[in-house]
Amino acid sequence: MSEAPAISQEERDELRRNGILLTSLEEIYNWGRSNSVWPLQFGLACCAIEMIAATCSRFDIARFGAEVFRPSPRQADLLIVSGTVTKKMAPQVVRIWNQMGEPKYCIAMGACAISGGPFKQGYNVLKGIDRFIPVDIYIPGCPPRPEALLNGLIQLQEKIKSQHLKGPDAPRHLRDDVDCIYPVPEFGEHDLVPPKNPNLYEPPTLVRPDKP
Amino acid sequence: MQSIEQIRDLIVARFPGAEVTVIQNPGPAAQHSLLLGHAQARDIALFLRDEPSLKLDFCSNATGVDWPEKEIVETTKVKVAQPDGTEKLVEQKTKRLQPGYLEAVYHLYSMALKHGPVVIRLRTGNRTDAVSLPSLTPVWRSCEFQEREIFDLFGIVFEGHPDLRRILMWDEFKDHPMRKDYVEPDDYEWEPTPHDAVLTKAKGHYPAPGSTANAEGGM
Amino acid sequence: MQNEPTSSAPGLAGTPANSSFDILHSPLGSPQQGASVREVNDPFHGDLLEVSMGPHHPSTHGVFRMVATLDGEIIVKLKPVFGYLHRNHEKLGENTTYLASMPYTDRLDYLAGMTNNWAYALAVEKLSGQVATERAEYVRVIVGEMMRIVNHCCLVGFLFNDLGTSFTPLLYAFREREKFLDLFEELTGTRMMYNYQRFGGCRVDPTPEWLAKAKALIDGFPRFLDEYEQFLTGNEIMLARTQGVGRLSPELAINAGITGPVLRATGVGYDIRKVDGYGVYPRFDFRVPIGDHGDTYDRYMMRILEMRESVKILQQAFRDLPAGPIIDPKAKNRGLRPKAGEAYGRIEGPKGEIGFYLISDGSTNPYRYRVRPPSFINLTVLEDMCLGHSVADAVVILGSIDIVLGEVDR
Repeated sequence: MSEAPAISQEERDELRRNGILLTSLEEIYNWGRSNSVWPLQFGLACCAIEMIAATCSRFDIARFGAEVFRPSPRQADLLIVSGTVTKKMAPQVVRIWNQMGEPKYCIAMGACAISGGPFKQGYNVLKGIDRFIPVDIYIPGCPPRPEALLNGLIQLQEKIKSQHLKGPDAPRHLRDDVDCIYPVPEFGEHDLVPPKNPNLYEPPTLVRPDKP
Repeated sequence: MQSIEQIRDLIVARFPGAEVTVIQNPGPAAQHSLLLGHAQARDIALFLRDEPSLKLDFCSNATGVDWPEKEIVETTKVKVAQPDGTEKLVEQKTKRLQPGYLEAVYHLYSMALKHGPVVIRLRTGNRTDAVSLPSLTPVWRSCEFQEREIFDLFGIVFEGHPDLRRILMWDEFKDHPMRKDYVEPDDYEWEPTPHDAVLTKAKGHYPAPGSTANAEGGM
Repeated sequence: MQNEPTSSAPGLAGTPANSSFDILHSPLGSPQQGASVREVNDPFHGDLLEVSMGPHHPSTHGVFRMVATLDGEIIVKLKPVFGYLHRNHEKLGENTTYLASMPYTDRLDYLAGMTNNWAYALAVEKLSGQVATERAEYVRVIVGEMMRIVNHCCLVGFLFNDLGTSFTPLLYAFREREKFLDLFEELTGTRMMYNYQRFGGCRVDPTPEWLAKAKALIDGFPRFLDEYEQFLTGNEIMLARTQGVGRLSPELAINAGITGPVLRATGVGYDIRKVDGYGVYPRFDFRVPIGDHGDTYDRYMMRILEMRESVKILQQAFRDLPAGPIIDPKAKNRGLRPKAGEAYGRIEGPKGEIGFYLISDGSTNPYRYRVRPPSFINLTVLEDMCLGHSVADAVVILGSIDIVLGEVDR
């Protein structure tokens, strides 16, 4: 599994040429789920339009096995946060994320979902969804082109394929020491309470070198 | 369409003693406006809507404006008698505190006669306790959500509004963010090229170069 | 259930002559057509059920939420809840310069960025006393009408999604949209966020090749519309689901400030392109389609007919496009400091009257920057249109209003 395979890639390729397919449970499990990622039908803002464009005939996300957009979070594997997350919307997004069954993945699509984007200075804009839920893939752009979304999806597939079923780098849902439920923020008098999930998000620190 | 002065005269002829003031707009758009007193504002609005020569049946835009109190410095030239008997022109600066107020602005058009806009304004007494205005939603239904928005973002209380609740922010929210003196929650995070207001915030969070303390992120 | 044949609907042609209505004395939110709520002493009368649809719901076009009170499946009360995409557009507009707000306007109604640009440019031109060049006015008409076609095309696709066709009409609509977006991308550099208009003109001049391509696309567009209509307009299910559903009276529509195709479907011929005659619109020969029932079917037909009129306008604009500078060489864009004053400028966007109200205090930033969002104000009558209908119809009615949340919540 997580150890080095007993048979080298060259030997495997040689066997495959002779009609023998060698694989491991981990490999075929990841191969299967990486090629049938079901995204949640969940649009927030401008990026959602490009997400729809990606599903339509020209870009055709079905080529990557991800065309089955599910309206219910219970049936979805992938949350594409496509657009600005406002503070009023953030609790609902976290709630939807909690409702999704593991294994689940999150793509932050567009500048707003990553950091607040052009609206970062707004009083009602969350400065990035990674303050409340873990993000696997960031797709920059305002909005990202459908090709960028497809590239992000391919990156996510690579990530899924590289996950191990055992060991210290096993995904969240296969480990006992990680809580898969994320706290939902509440509406406060001036801001969300808390304004970020401290276990998840660390503000970037800046260390300036002292003057010589 | 009549000029704004003619409309004012029409209103005054119909409602003698009504407080109606013409506010001139010095800009090139020259969209002058009428400032209405609170007492008869709704009657005047109804009159503007139904008067056959105006028929302003379409209230297109309703919005709030915040005018915080500000210090106005007026310079006047005063002749001051000098000790030697002559007079000298001396500039004298007088400072005057213009009280702050909140304002609701309505842009009216006529769909029947296809003219407009006629701009009417209502002003509150101040920005703290006398912040109520008569609601014009009973006259123009289009104000329903817009007045709720003004209530939410500016804090003007519209009396007679059927459903005055916050509309854009959540109900527990206490501030009025579109006011000029609104201070947003301090959740600054590091930016590579801060400027203007952001730079001021950045300085509060990340000490100037050379200081010994290592900076920490916001919140 | 409420599908009365269209012929029995009251004839409401033309602008209402009598304004005998008095909203002042009737309770707000009174049902338009008598809501078929069972009497309280009905033995089958049950409890009312409150259903919250949204902010995450596949049929609410984004993060819109409505709280509906149901008697069985009939809506007796419906309150929209806003703010899930409130991105503080107006506050940001007050903290940036006049020109820097231009890219933000693209993100208001993100299906029709070009018309938002235009409305904002028009308002600032009014505020600062600038005039766009003649060629720029023609180019504005060209890109604006193309944007209207794109918007209406998508709307029809989304409306049929709401009717339960699950994606197929949307695939056709988005296929056409991509052709227009390719043109916009060639002209402005981006697919959706154009940042194209400037005060006094437009940012780049379309090349003759671009114009030829656009003209070819527009010339072929009626063929697509014919094909589209052949599939959709006469469809039996579509007729049953939309005719007589969500009827709006012209009196209420005017009083509630409804604009755009939703207003014109009720029979009120109010089109700002004709009324204000901004830009070079008075030079074009086009008609304003008007409905007479104000129901969902009429609102759908308004979009189809407007697309056909837009094609006519575009063909005239391609024919008459004059030579000359695309932007006034003396136009002031960067560091613009308009004289103190205020201006309200509006245009006929695809969704209705989109206007900008600006107050200048003589500095580089607007003192007050206000967007008049058409789809936000058009939602005022959502409850009136939905009362007495089932939940499934409410989804269709909402779809026919054509909302974009970026503009509703700003």
